[in-house]
Amino acid sequence: YVRGIFKNLHGWFINCLRYLFCCFQDRAGQFFSSGHTNNWAVLVCTSRFWFNYRHVANTLSVYRSVKRLGIPDSHIVLMLADDMACNHRNPKPATVFSHKNMELNVYGDDVEVDYRGYEVTVENFLRILTGRLPPSTPRSKRLLSDDRSNILIYLTGHGGNGFLKFQDSEEISNVELADAFEQMWQKRRYNELLFIIDTCQGASMYERFYSPNLMALASSQVGEDSLSHQPDLAIGVHLMDRYTFYLLEFLEDIHPASKTNMNDLFKVCPKSQCVSTPGHRTDLFLRDPGSVLITDFFGSVRKVELTMETINLTDPIEQLESAESGELQKEMHTYADQLPVSEIIHQKPKQKDWHPPDGFILGLWTLILLVFFQTYGVKHLKHIF
Amino acid sequence: MKIRRAQQFVKYSDQPVMLKLKRGQLAALSIAAVVIIVGVPLWWRTTETYRAWLPVSQIKELAKLQLHLSADVEVVFARGTVTPEQQKKVPLTQTQNMEHRVDEDTALSYRYETRYRTATIMEEDALNQPTAAEADLSLHTLSESPSGSLVVYVIPESSSLLPQNVDVYIGQRRTALLRIGSQMRVGKTLEQLLAHMEPRIKQVLHVMSFSHTDITAALSNRVRISPGNKESIADSMRAFKSSPGYEITFSLLNPDPKSHRLHWDIEGAVETYIQPLLTKLSPVANFSIDSQTLYYAMLGVNPRFDSSRSTYTLNADSLAHVINPVEARLGSNAASSNPVLNFLLYIPDAHHSPLYIHDHKKQQVPTNAFHSPRWGGIMIIRQCWVYNVNEFYEVDTVFPVDINIDMAKVMGVFLAQLRLLLGVQSSTPPPGFLVAPCGNAGLADWELDRLMWSRSVENIATATTTITSLAQLLDQIGNIVINDNIAQQVSSAVTSLQLAVSELEAGNLGFALQYSKEAILSSERAFFDPSLLHLLYFPDDQKFAIYIPLFLPMCVPILLSLLKIVSEARQKHREKKPKKD
Repeated sequence: YVRGIFKNLHGWFINCLRYLFCCFQDRAGQFFSSGHTNNWAVLVCTSRFWFNYRHVANTLSVYRSVKRLGIPDSHIVLMLADDMACNHRNPKPATVFSHKNMELNVYGDDVEVDYRGYEVTVENFLRILTGRLPPSTPRSKRLLSDDRSNILIYLTGHGGNGFLKFQDSEEISNVELADAFEQMWQKRRYNELLFIIDTCQGASMYERFYSPNLMALASSQVGEDSLSHQPDLAIGVHLMDRYTFYLLEFLEDIHPASKTNMNDLFKVCPKSQCVSTPGHRTDLFLRDPGSVLITDFFGSVRKVELTMETINLTDPIEQLESAESGELQKEMHTYADQLPVSEIIHQKPKQKDWHPPDGFILGLWTLILLVFFQTYGVKHLKHIF
Repeated sequence: MKIRRAQQFVKYSDQPVMLKLKRGQLAALSIAAVVIIVGVPLWWRTTETYRAWLPVSQIKELAKLQLHLSADVEVVFARGTVTPEQQKKVPLTQTQNMEHRVDEDTALSYRYETRYRTATIMEEDALNQPTAAEADLSLHTLSESPSGSLVVYVIPESSSLLPQNVDVYIGQRRTALLRIGSQMRVGKTLEQLLAHMEPRIKQVLHVMSFSHTDITAALSNRVRISPGNKESIADSMRAFKSSPGYEITFSLLNPDPKSHRLHWDIEGAVETYIQPLLTKLSPVANFSIDSQTLYYAMLGVNPRFDSSRSTYTLNADSLAHVINPVEARLGSNAASSNPVLNFLLYIPDAHHSPLYIHDHKKQQVPTNAFHSPRWGGIMIIRQCWVYNVNEFYEVDTVFPVDINIDMAKVMGVFLAQLRLLLGVQSSTPPPGFLVAPCGNAGLADWELDRLMWSRSVENIATATTTITSLAQLLDQIGNIVINDNIAQQVSSAVTSLQLAVSELEAGNLGFALQYSKEAILSSERAFFDPSLLHLLYFPDDQKFAIYIPLFLPMCVPILLSLLKIVSEARQKHREKKPKKD
């Protein structure tokens, strides 16, 4: 009987606390629910060639959603490994479509591609993430996030178990990616990070993460292939991948003030639509995914405080002393030579690292074989030559 | 003849078997020797990565951060506050130490060295001024206290400097005026008087000098502390992180150039109002200022018409959506990676004039401005701050109308926002305190001191975290090349850090901040050096795949011949044994 009363009291107490907490949260508003003040997005398409049109369309559709929800170009790093809009095989130049029958042109009028073509390499991608860029890199090519930034990272292309292929010539492994995120965490370059990958066996890429505050989504599990959505007969290639197609449909319903949370994002593209099984990983994330808004990562909702104070300034503005009558200051300017041809022509060739000459290995083998046959009998040599 | 010639060239296969075997064994052994003695060290040296020496032991020492902060406080008793027998014991020096352990790697200790003395004649004269502000000014002309120190003048109850309900007046420099009750004075010893004054002095120190909450907030890079209350979360999110430089951009938004022609004397305003603050803050960071005018820049939110006041209003809730559409057009200086502070002044268009911001309680906000943490501030001009414009445009007004903006009012608001964004905390002082307005520089000396304390601690914490994580990273990944310049940067960062910590302990705030800035620069340069890219991750199966085709064909004959030699030697040994028997 006593236990029953105690249980009731306990339950009532918990409810009271919950109610108070909710009240306080509502009053405090959005300010304290997430700890971020700005948003960044790194969107990467890693494959080139015309038949990988769908990967560029994937990336551009996420770019379009992210821009529409408020993240400005200065906070988006867009990396496209190939130019589909101006490709010679594009029957509709300057467009990249995501829907059959050319319903939606995701290229638009206002695309700012930061890394294009051959600049999209594993090295550049890791440099952006860790911040180890050469000092001459302009602002638009840097990820200038701080400890209060929420970052969205979207990768698409061809991948396999534990790797993602860049430009058909190199690959990034899941260990390298996990290490890069750890270095970002060490330098507090993010507050929370959402990692979305749309490749075959995408779930293998987030298996090795170990830094806190990471949430990951992938379009397929290990051993499964991510499939493309639909080909367009006029353009001649597949336009989008299934996962990103349904992701785009989901994001089109989001507006900057919407309250949809991550649990809805996890339900995007179930197996019936996607054929592959999308996966997600939230164990490293501190907050409950149900309390994380989509706009925390895809949009840029600013926190705002009303300014209550002002400073009373009483001095009148000093009139700046303008230069004395008519005597204009003449500064000598010199034209900075952008391409110092004379220097380039007369430059000595750079000292390359010494490599053993080609055929060294072959020569080594021949020598070893000769010694072998010399030791054990010349008669075996006749069979070879 | 034929036999001789035949004898000259003895075929290899006819040579005695023992000789052949011996030659074979010798060949195999010598090849094995060459491979092991010459080949293996050569391979090791050529595949080694160059790693310059790093002061790892010193870095490990710095990982355990022990910060000692010390402040000098002078308490000056004016005439009438101490009795003659209490006065005999003065001058007196007391030291207070407080230790705090933040986490297992970080410990803080605060030391206050308090000197008690009586006031000089000149100080007495200064304290006889009619108002507290004038007293503050004349006291300042007498002596200049160094950075980080404080002077508290204790004035008697009878003094008329402070109004009735105010006990403490905090000046613009580093002085405070404290009034004590007279009844506490009579018949008590000096120790009891000091004990009575101590809570008040502690409060003064909490406001004017470093406080535990500020310092622990500054350590947030190093220690993930769960913040105490919502205020401190908001404070830590609002101010920019310590950076060697900042860029400030003033933008004038004119959505309706057809109706308004705007004139703002931004150069003069910046020179008169903003530059003094930035000059005062020059030990903390460098600032660069620019300004621009944007035409046809809309707010992105539709204001509502409030018929009761016949003005247009913007709700506090819709303010969050104002910034994004504008930000895309603002632009920034592409050459530097410094954080940018944007201050926007918006002149509403003729159809939506006048425009006021309402808070959650539907009251007009007096400043008509709002700011966003770590971004900047936006202000909507008020009608009364603009010359040459009527509330309602007459029918025959000639458009565009010339508008001159009162920069003093505008800059007043921007200056307040700038203070908040740079981390000059203005928390509410305890009851009975009166804080002097900060004057034309926009920053009181003690506020600058507080900022310097928290910046030094923040820089030191960040630099130590950077250096220790860099050392850890380089240790973990054996393949990264450590160039000489990185080693040099690391060494100079370690030296600067040690100097900064010792200067902080000695109480030299200016030097501590300077060394901490140098430490941050070197450590960031070392950590973000482009050559440290970890692209050298080789999984084990890849390593095997590279080395096997190179070494296996070479090693197989050598191993086989060595095995053959060993088996032959064993056979010989077995043959010999029965012979011995």
